[in-house]
Amino acid sequence: MTAGSLVVIGAALGAGAGIAGAAMPKRSRAAAAAVLIWAACALEATTAVRVLATGHDVALHTGKLLPFTGINLVLTPLGALFVLLVALVAVPATLFGIGYARHAMDSRSAASAYPVFVTVMLLVPAAASVATFMVLWELMALVSLALVLVDHSRRAAARSAGTWYAVLTHVGAAAILTAFLILAAHSHGQTFSDLELHARAMAPDLRALVFLLALVGFGSKAGAVPFHVWLPKAHAEAPSPVSALMSGAMVALGIYGVVLVGDVLLGGGPMWWWLVVLVLGAASALYGSLHAANNQDLKRLLAYSTTDNIGLVLLALGASGVFNAIGHPRLGALSLVAALVILLNHALFKGALFLTTGSVQVAAGTRDLDDLGGLLRRMPQTGALFLVAAASICALPPLNGFVGEWLLFQSLLHGAHLGNTAGDIAIPIAVAALALTAGLTVAAFVKAAGIGFLGRPRSTGAEAATEVPATMRAGAGLLVASCVVAGVVPMVVVSSVGRAVRAVLPHTGARSLVRGVNLQLVGMKGALAPTILALAMTVAVVAAVALRRVASRRPASRVSEAWGCGRELVTARMQYTATSFAEPVQRVFDDVLRPVRDLDVSHVAESRYMVESATYRLTVEDRVELTLYLPVIRAVRRWGQAARRLQPGSVHRYLIYGLTALVVTLVAVAVLA
Amino acid sequence: MSAAHAAGVVGASAVQVIAVAAGGLVLLGFMRKVRARLEGRVGAPILQSLRDVRKLFRKERIRPDVATWIFPAAPVVLVATVAVAAVMTPLITTQPAMSGGSDLFVVVYLLLAGSTLLALAGMDAGTAFGGMGSSRAVMIGALAEPALLVTILALSVTTHSSNFPAIVRATLANPGLIASPARLFAVAALLIVIVAESGRLPVDNPSTHLELTMIHEAMILEYAGPDLAMVTLGEAMRLALLLGIFVNLVLPWGVATSTTALGLVVGLGALVAKIAVLGGALAFFEVFMAKLRLFRLPELMAGAFVMALLGVVSGLVVK
Repeated sequence: MTAGSLVVIGAALGAGAGIAGAAMPKRSRAAAAAVLIWAACALEATTAVRVLATGHDVALHTGKLLPFTGINLVLTPLGALFVLLVALVAVPATLFGIGYARHAMDSRSAASAYPVFVTVMLLVPAAASVATFMVLWELMALVSLALVLVDHSRRAAARSAGTWYAVLTHVGAAAILTAFLILAAHSHGQTFSDLELHARAMAPDLRALVFLLALVGFGSKAGAVPFHVWLPKAHAEAPSPVSALMSGAMVALGIYGVVLVGDVLLGGGPMWWWLVVLVLGAASALYGSLHAANNQDLKRLLAYSTTDNIGLVLLALGASGVFNAIGHPRLGALSLVAALVILLNHALFKGALFLTTGSVQVAAGTRDLDDLGGLLRRMPQTGALFLVAAASICALPPLNGFVGEWLLFQSLLHGAHLGNTAGDIAIPIAVAALALTAGLTVAAFVKAAGIGFLGRPRSTGAEAATEVPATMRAGAGLLVASCVVAGVVPMVVVSSVGRAVRAVLPHTGARSLVRGVNLQLVGMKGALAPTILALAMTVAVVAAVALRRVASRRPASRVSEAWGCGRELVTARMQYTATSFAEPVQRVFDDVLRPVRDLDVSHVAESRYMVESATYRLTVEDRVELTLYLPVIRAVRRWGQAARRLQPGSVHRYLIYGLTALVVTLVAVAVLA
Repeated sequence: MSAAHAAGVVGASAVQVIAVAAGGLVLLGFMRKVRARLEGRVGAPILQSLRDVRKLFRKERIRPDVATWIFPAAPVVLVATVAVAAVMTPLITTQPAMSGGSDLFVVVYLLLAGSTLLALAGMDAGTAFGGMGSSRAVMIGALAEPALLVTILALSVTTHSSNFPAIVRATLANPGLIASPARLFAVAALLIVIVAESGRLPVDNPSTHLELTMIHEAMILEYAGPDLAMVTLGEAMRLALLLGIFVNLVLPWGVATSTTALGLVVGLGALVAKIAVLGGALAFFEVFMAKLRLFRLPELMAGAFVMALLGVVSGLVVK
């Protein structure tokens, strides 16, 4: 069987899963679709692994399915890496979805849209012509929009999220399409290989325009600031497996687009392009992590943290382009490796975090951190999974988040003395952005894990929470296990990424960039030894436990009430809430966040000095949304109101419009002729 | 690598861990003694901190009623991560175990792992103070992080590597590096960060139990007995390690470049002397210092950050 037919069968299985989701009875719907989705993922992933291993593209062309242009699919090593990424998130998310479907996402439309979403995402990285790519890209947007709107009848917030997402994704799609059309107009065809062949001969201004349009278009899908506003809305309202897929996989495809246009089709570019990407990345990372640290809705927090991680990826991508532009291809390749490793790692831990959050929402009925607490005792396995995934996103060794940040830091460090003025200014700032982001991420996730899972429950829902079904735990568990594996033996990830990068940037001058299990950088001083580090940490933990046991005379521990400042009863209300936990950080960054504080004090009728009740409200709004988007929305609404005056409902008026239009047309034709 | 060499490397690292563990506790006692004498008190004996820890180990283990496995795990992880960092740091020899992967970046993140888990444990008991301490500790950590990483960048720029033994070896081979502007700025920034990370004045007062100002003590308020002993041990180790890192960047002389017994003894003696001088100096200045207001700390951290950034820039400009 050829590799091409595997792709086709995989796609057919995915479509079959969509039909199964629509046709099967409610009880078996999710499971039946899941089996077919897994089969599709397995087939596509097999092809992807083969492409990565051999380095040879798998091509497929059919003239029949799409009128005029036909369908062009070519799986390159870069595309194969993204197919694997999608499959890595989709398989556990689907497993999670079987249990989750008993609580939510059980409608026929959701069950049929979900498999299509997965299948289309598996195919997007293989698209090899403008028409194929745009059809698949739009299909992905529409199906995911349908999935965001699954709960629209019950939740007004879902409707609003859907609108934001639809508008932003289509503005992005328009920008992407324009970029591709400019490229195609200068080529003698619309396949990507034609585009690549002719793009290098285009005028520099036009190339820059294409790049910037693609950056806007793909950046809006990736959730980079200032196009990130749909993320906290759509990720929060979508069912959890869909959030995991959107945040882990779909957002990553936005980065795929930037690499595709910037590195593959345009073949790199001048330095300023990539400085723009780097600055965009640094801004996204800082803004995202700051809002993640200050958001109390667990899913919104995760969505902002996606912007943060995508920011780091863009930062690495920008650094890669800068290094390539100033003639250091090996460093450029290392930065690109760092970018893609961070992206893959993000897919794993963010997928796990969204899935466990879905479990929390099912079990406690809320995802507001201020109403959670004490879940680790009530849901020990889900809680432990969340904690490990949170440690991973905080880049704590020996988990996978750490490997990505180390690679990024190494590439920046070795790029810090190249003697190029712009680069020398950009690198320290990039490191500072990386570091502040890392610190704020820790603040955000210590808050999420500590307030959500430790201490006492802050609501009756959290009090009554119980562990979720086995499939949900297993789904999240698969992702967390991959986080551990990718952290302890990161060579499995780094070598595949290295193969993809070699295909994108063939002139690196080295056969490999990172060598051996120690992640020894080739041609630079630096090594990590993650496996030995993990081993040493395990030994040290065992030794520390032994020390405590040997040194203490009475190893059994007594359970006692915590100290309540002399009061007898410690209640949940005495604990710090998520809002109070985040308050110091929020106060430090007051000028950036500009939170809205409301204090309502009502007095007793007799005296102004006696307070009857006081209400304090603090909301941290998204400043980008308020200052950039709301004016536009208001203006559009005003134009809409103004346009209504043209349509008063009077037939006479419409007849006059028709007559005027006819006369103007005739006059115009007469004059032009 | 010969068997004798391997044994030497393992032995050297074992000495480093033991030196950090025992030395850390003695260092705490020494700093308290210096402070007491300057304040006109006799003060507790220097070995009192060791006796305190031994006493704590003998007490009963008490666990708050709502606490989970995080509570007993955090002190263990704290001690373990500092110990691993101590194994790979060139404290008494530039050839410690795992020296290939002994990256400054790794050391920083290992320490971060311990403090993150401790911050989580602070919230595990479900009390007001724990959350308060965790929240403040996490804020200070988030602000110290940029200064710390840019400092590492500044230290690495001159040697083209963030491998810690390589930095120390390069400094030993070329002592002029110490006086380079990049190194001076970086070291000044590092000192501020170390004070913040180890919870000393003016960032946090380790000898206070005043509710409104305490940070670290609030976080570990629920710990008792052997668990508290582990926390105390971990924090003392962390202080000794951070000071050791600092002195070996400023004055690397005495650090053995081999793993021979003589070299190790000399290295150990030099390390103890240098840390004692620095610890004494810190304690001396603490006498004349008050704790900063919590919300003035960002200014301090921003100062450290700017100095680190100046270090990087001057490292790139002044070749």
